[in-house]
Amino acid sequence: MIELISQNPILAALAALVGLAIVFGALLGFAAEKFKVEGDPIVEQIDELLPQTQCGQCGFPGCRPYAESIANGDEINKCPPGGQSTINAIASLLDVPAPELDAEHGEESDVKTVAYIREDECIGCTKCIQACPVDAIMGAAKFMHTVITDECTGCDLCVEPCPVDCIDMLPVVETIADWRWSIPPKPGLIATDKRGELANQPVEEDAA
Amino acid sequence: MIKTWVTPGGVHPPENKHQSVTQGIGHLPIPEKLVIPLSQHIGAAAIPCVEVGQTVLKGQVIAKPAGVVSIPMHAPTSGTISAIEHRPIAHSSGMLAPCIEITSDGADNWIEHEGISDYEHISPAKLLEMVGNAGITGMGGAGFPSAVKLNPGRQRPIDTLIINATECEPYITADDSAIRERAEEIVEGIKILSAILDHPHNIMIGIEDNKPEAIEALAPHVDGTGISVVVFPTKYPSGGEKQLIYILTGKELPSGKLPADIGMVCINIGTTYAIKRAIIDGEPLVSRVTTVTGDAVGIQRNYDTLIGTPVSHLLTHNEYDEQAGGRVVMGGPMMGFTLPSAEVPIVKTTNCILAPSYAEIPDDEPAQPCIRCGMCAEACPASLLPQQLFWYAQAEDHERLEAHNLFDCIECGACSYVCPSNIPLVQYYRAAKGEIRHAREEKVKADHARERFEFHKQRIEQAEREKEEKRAARREAALKAKANPPAAKSETKSEAKPSSSAADIIAAAQARAAAKQASPEDQQAKLERTIAAAEQRLKVAEEKLAEAIESNSDKQAVLSAAVENTRQKLEQSKTKLAELQA
Amino acid sequence: MAFKQVTSPHAHSAQSTAKVMQLVLWATVPGLLVLIWQFGWGSLLNVILATVTAVICEAAIVKMRGRSVAFYLGDYSAVVTAVLLGLSLPPLAPWWIVVVGSVFSIVVAKQLYGGLGYNPFNPAMVGYVVLLISFPIQMTAWVAPLALLPAGVSHPGFAESLQIVFAGYTPVDGVTGATPLDVFKHSSGLLVDQVYDREPLFSQAMFAGAGWEWVNIAFLFGGLILLSNRLFTWHGPIGMLGALALMSVIFYDSGSSTSPGSPMMHLFSGASMFGAFFILTDPVSSAVSNRGRLIYGALIGILVYIIRAWGNYPDAVAFAVLIANFAAPFIDNYTLPRTYGHTDRRRATEKEEG
Repeated sequence: MIELISQNPILAALAALVGLAIVFGALLGFAAEKFKVEGDPIVEQIDELLPQTQCGQCGFPGCRPYAESIANGDEINKCPPGGQSTINAIASLLDVPAPELDAEHGEESDVKTVAYIREDECIGCTKCIQACPVDAIMGAAKFMHTVITDECTGCDLCVEPCPVDCIDMLPVVETIADWRWSIPPKPGLIATDKRGELANQPVEEDAA
Repeated sequence: MIKTWVTPGGVHPPENKHQSVTQGIGHLPIPEKLVIPLSQHIGAAAIPCVEVGQTVLKGQVIAKPAGVVSIPMHAPTSGTISAIEHRPIAHSSGMLAPCIEITSDGADNWIEHEGISDYEHISPAKLLEMVGNAGITGMGGAGFPSAVKLNPGRQRPIDTLIINATECEPYITADDSAIRERAEEIVEGIKILSAILDHPHNIMIGIEDNKPEAIEALAPHVDGTGISVVVFPTKYPSGGEKQLIYILTGKELPSGKLPADIGMVCINIGTTYAIKRAIIDGEPLVSRVTTVTGDAVGIQRNYDTLIGTPVSHLLTHNEYDEQAGGRVVMGGPMMGFTLPSAEVPIVKTTNCILAPSYAEIPDDEPAQPCIRCGMCAEACPASLLPQQLFWYAQAEDHERLEAHNLFDCIECGACSYVCPSNIPLVQYYRAAKGEIRHAREEKVKADHARERFEFHKQRIEQAEREKEEKRAARREAALKAKANPPAAKSETKSEAKPSSSAADIIAAAQARAAAKQASPEDQQAKLERTIAAAEQRLKVAEEKLAEAIESNSDKQAVLSAAVENTRQKLEQSKTKLAELQA
Repeated sequence: MAFKQVTSPHAHSAQSTAKVMQLVLWATVPGLLVLIWQFGWGSLLNVILATVTAVICEAAIVKMRGRSVAFYLGDYSAVVTAVLLGLSLPPLAPWWIVVVGSVFSIVVAKQLYGGLGYNPFNPAMVGYVVLLISFPIQMTAWVAPLALLPAGVSHPGFAESLQIVFAGYTPVDGVTGATPLDVFKHSSGLLVDQVYDREPLFSQAMFAGAGWEWVNIAFLFGGLILLSNRLFTWHGPIGMLGALALMSVIFYDSGSSTSPGSPMMHLFSGASMFGAFFILTDPVSSAVSNRGRLIYGALIGILVYIIRAWGNYPDAVAFAVLIANFAAPFIDNYTLPRTYGHTDRRRATEKEEG
């Protein structure tokens, strides 16, 4: 056997290669089993990043279906409520360039809104209740409905079905409790020249 | 000399404390109108329990606490409730908040009140209740309800009581002058605290060495009480709770923990005075010592100020010169915030109104680029890297910010103070913290919405499934009711309903194929056979149904559907046969 | 009454970036004076020429970017970069050497990266290295120190120096000479003691190299002034000098013919002190925490020694600093200080668990 191999270098090489293949194959197989990472499936991770308004502006019935579609290669710029920050987050997750928001699906709005039912006008048709993706509207047939503000995601979906147009999307009013400090205007070289600005501005404008 | 520890970092800004202690604590005339914000503390805002037009006496409860972490509000003087509405308050945002306005009658009549002197023999729970009813909050900084702080629970025994008399901010002398004039009552208050906390064996008053008069004033009263006055070198910010705990005990408060978790309670010295008044004299917290200082006011002095006094009242009585300075600060020059207007009232946490002249505190220079000189890191009392935090705050890199322990920043302002480039670092941190907190809240909300959506979907699906199940049951019953010879398949074709089951579809297709192949004679024979079989089945089914109705079985509905079904099929087969024969 | 809304803190220390930079400039004066004393007017001409060029470049770029020229020149950072470059260039170098170096430092190494505070590499050292690689002959021709001048010969006077620098006039022989580190590099095969005996550069000196030891002492003095003013902490300079001393002790090899030289020579020759107190303390391009700066300094010290002993260049501060600049973010990642209330240090990329 050894003689045969030594006389046929090709056989020797073959044997060595096959041997190596077996050893490394076994090693890789072992490693794959042993160090298996139970990561979030990509759909879960994308779903985490979506704003969960369930508004359907992307053309899918809810955030999760859109997440599934993105995982299958759909465009990532179809979510107006999430806006550019969501697009950027998904882009960095998927390691793709971040496109601009697709205007076809709507525009990004800075103002958060919640639905409000003008209760005097409500006829109790339950159409909005059926439309609400997060069950945030209370009421029953022929009874007045109302929106649970804390649960409302501001998705707009209840506005369309209302036969008497008694649902308004009202902006969420900022209160003292959720007031936040803002980042100061950027200093120095990259931003604009502060000294020049200050010189041209009335005194009370330099509130930092 | 008691051993103290030295915190890292810190700065030594000019103290400017001497101006306001040349005179003792003064009193101002009662203002015409007082405005009492309903939220002067951490926790839920109090709920008004008076109506506009109602007359109230000094010390009368005008708002009730809303929950455990909340405090009641009391009328600071006698008079009439003239408004309950939104007013500007002492908040960095400059926004309005609900307030009660009292038009004073000038008489300053107290409501009937009574204290107790024998506090040693009263249960801590009762004392705590009295502290809570007196509306006492921490008077040094954040304004945490004292009754909550003093009630850490049985599982967290307190062995160290720290009284914070540090007052490390420049300019402020409210605590200093209070100690000088009211040392006896303050020590009395500390004894009450000790009784509430079941006599911790370590009671320390932490005080900086720039207040020798106050230290002297305390000395005779603490003698033999087991309370030690610990003096340590002046450095800003020694008065932060975390810093003071380290200076006095050498222990660090673990990140995210409360002092009670390591057996300590830290109380501001002004609060101890309020507690003494509450227990011994039965007086709720309606006034506090406030320093009015800065070169833009003519008289710099401490006043025993009624809560709710508008800042304008203090300023006009102290010859405020509007031209001399541009900003009015509530609090000290390091952590205080500028007031939007002079209509803002004094609240329970207001230790100072600082009206600096332009010469004292000039307008901020424009910020220059950060050169990462590291002076901020040298000054940081929490050993953070302010320059890196600034970098990441600019980039809004929340992950890095949290990795660099942004939330351990106490916003003391030492980094901004030393920054040679005039960068408003603290504002960056506040903004970044707010941003991160907001993101966390949004995340919770989004998760909640997701859950509700999933549930919604599930519910719809379940309803759908139930409907489908009912339909399937009906169909199954129908199939069962009808005899099952293979030949019967030929007629099933004609009435084949759209069916969801794949097997049904295949069967129907096979039946169609068979029907096509079969000759008319065969079909006729088949149909005749089918009709005979169906008639038989119908008979059996009807019998079964009758039985079921008699025994009131719950299969009635299914069976009657089956009978109906079978009958229909029979009819159809008969029509077909007729057609075929025609 | 409506008041101005300003964020806290309201009080600010009197320190400003401009003052910091001015203090650095003052601290270079002793070194500059000694350079003039030992090597003639060349260094002063370098500094002036570099400063003028740098300020013009800075102004031009700031103007092109549409910013306020006065505001950005007012931070003195361009002047500091220029002075540091001017001090490190050989005295009596041709004018275009200085100009090219300054332009490169300010335009490429500083402004193209975003200006003050944004440059990842020390601008002066980038300029220096570009010159050293591009014009090795001009960059290695040093003037002989005062003690080594032949009898009767003195350094060129101010007017003559101007001619040399601007008109390419070649002075009398004997004015140029090698540096101590040069001499050592090219004296292989001799024991350290033999080198010391034969070379006047060493035999005329007290403990390191004639002239050079004074220059280094002067920069050490200037550096100590900055240290006492708390412009930087001791960590960077001590890290570098400590590592350099340690390396030269370990590899001294008791003065054999392959020895790279004594610790004293390494500490007080070339740009050792200048580098330790004026170059690696540039905060923009160094590590940020104290521990990080200690490691950063030590890394530079080790690199300086390695390149001096076994590399192709006689001195190596510029290369070592640039290499360490690369490593600074990496060092930062692992040298986060322990925050109050936390039990352990973390890496900058780690998030708190739980």
